[in-house]
Amino acid sequence: MLTKRIIACLDVDDGRVVKGVQFVNLRDAGDPAECAAAHARDGADEIVLLDITATSDKRNTMLDVVARTARCLFIPFTVGGGIRKLSDAADVFEAGADKIAINSAAVKDSRLIGKIAARFGSQAVVVSIDVRRVNGGFEVFVAGGRTPTGRDAILWAREAAACGAGEILLTSMDRDGTQAGFDCELTQLVADAVSIPVIASGGAGSARDFIDVFQSGRADAALAASIFHFGLENIGQLKRELQAANVPVRWPC
Amino acid sequence: MIRPKIAIVDYGAGNLNSVKKAFDYLGAEVVVTTQPGAVAAADKIVLPGVGHFSALGGLDNTGLRDALLQGASAGKPFLGICLGMQWLFEGSDEAPELAGAGIFAGRCRPFPSSVKSPHVGWNSLAVREGSRLLRNVAPDSFVYYTHSFQAPVVAATTAATEYGARFSAALEQENIFGVQFHPEKSWTVGLLILKNFCEVNFREVR
Repeated sequence: MLTKRIIACLDVDDGRVVKGVQFVNLRDAGDPAECAAAHARDGADEIVLLDITATSDKRNTMLDVVARTARCLFIPFTVGGGIRKLSDAADVFEAGADKIAINSAAVKDSRLIGKIAARFGSQAVVVSIDVRRVNGGFEVFVAGGRTPTGRDAILWAREAAACGAGEILLTSMDRDGTQAGFDCELTQLVADAVSIPVIASGGAGSARDFIDVFQSGRADAALAASIFHFGLENIGQLKRELQAANVPVRWPC
Repeated sequence: MIRPKIAIVDYGAGNLNSVKKAFDYLGAEVVVTTQPGAVAAADKIVLPGVGHFSALGGLDNTGLRDALLQGASAGKPFLGICLGMQWLFEGSDEAPELAGAGIFAGRCRPFPSSVKSPHVGWNSLAVREGSRLLRNVAPDSFVYYTHSFQAPVVAATTAATEYGARFSAALEQENIFGVQFHPEKSWTVGLLILKNFCEVNFREVR
């Protein structure tokens, strides 16, 4: 049976893993390559590495981190942050990523999705969508959550899928880092709107939150960062609790 | 351990770094090549590939198709991964105009409409005993998939996976092996399978 995936996310700033609350107040959480390997051993199904302060002068630091992290990582590895054009994506694949995540650049020009998919396959293109509840709707934000776009998250997810995206990484900015639970309503709306897998992100605090987002949110995968880095939730323990709630997971692994 | 020279065939279908990295980790001697001559010179052949079946058209006008078929019929251990496995069948509904190798009977078809497509994530293997490629792989091991088309279960099928219906997860027939999943991304189970492939003996056929 196809299992629900638990994805450990590393937010990386200048070569170090950091984690904030609602996209600010960053704390240091270690070396990316060591964190990724530790999560893989603990039972993570995938690793996502997001370069959260991507600026052009730090690109080489980032590619070096990707290469070091990828070297001994034999589970799927996604890298996002600062990918603006096809050649940026090619550099990240060359460094060892299996998939890339694009966000602002895809909103700016959705043809980028198809360009990367045509060369590396749709399975390698994750479209990352940062969402905030605004006036009863779900609005897409870009530039690390700093800039509102006026676009509806569900419509954008559908368009991204039609352009050739292989997966949607859906982050609730309202819940990010709060450990108050995933936004199940948002997740379910997007999961029902597209046929490609949806990864829920933002708000993981307990095993119950994961059970809810898989069952009522209909997520295919769920991503978390801070609760895994600071050891609040062991991935193995989380998977045992999911199994007990009849959520199919890869365990033992 | 003997170090057979393994050619990983690059025909422009995506990113082969992960496959090479896994063989490097296992200490195998691997080359990534676009050249039919390098395929002919290798002891073993790996045909990877992800994406659309039409990408396999890159084999046809480069001389690689003939080099692969000659290597396969000469008894060289041959491993097709994902699209590379699908190529071993007669063809795929994804690109009906393109001929596969026809080593296994049947065609690749889309998933039934009862399930979401593509099939992405970790799914379990129902392993048949006696496989050399899957030696020491536990019966319900999980492996990582990402694909939109599936191959039928045939006599050579050594493991099946259930997603909407049962499809061929792994096959073997003499020197020909194929896996629909990505062993290079399937953690310790995947590395064990690649190690088994490294250790399969060169064997003359017929």
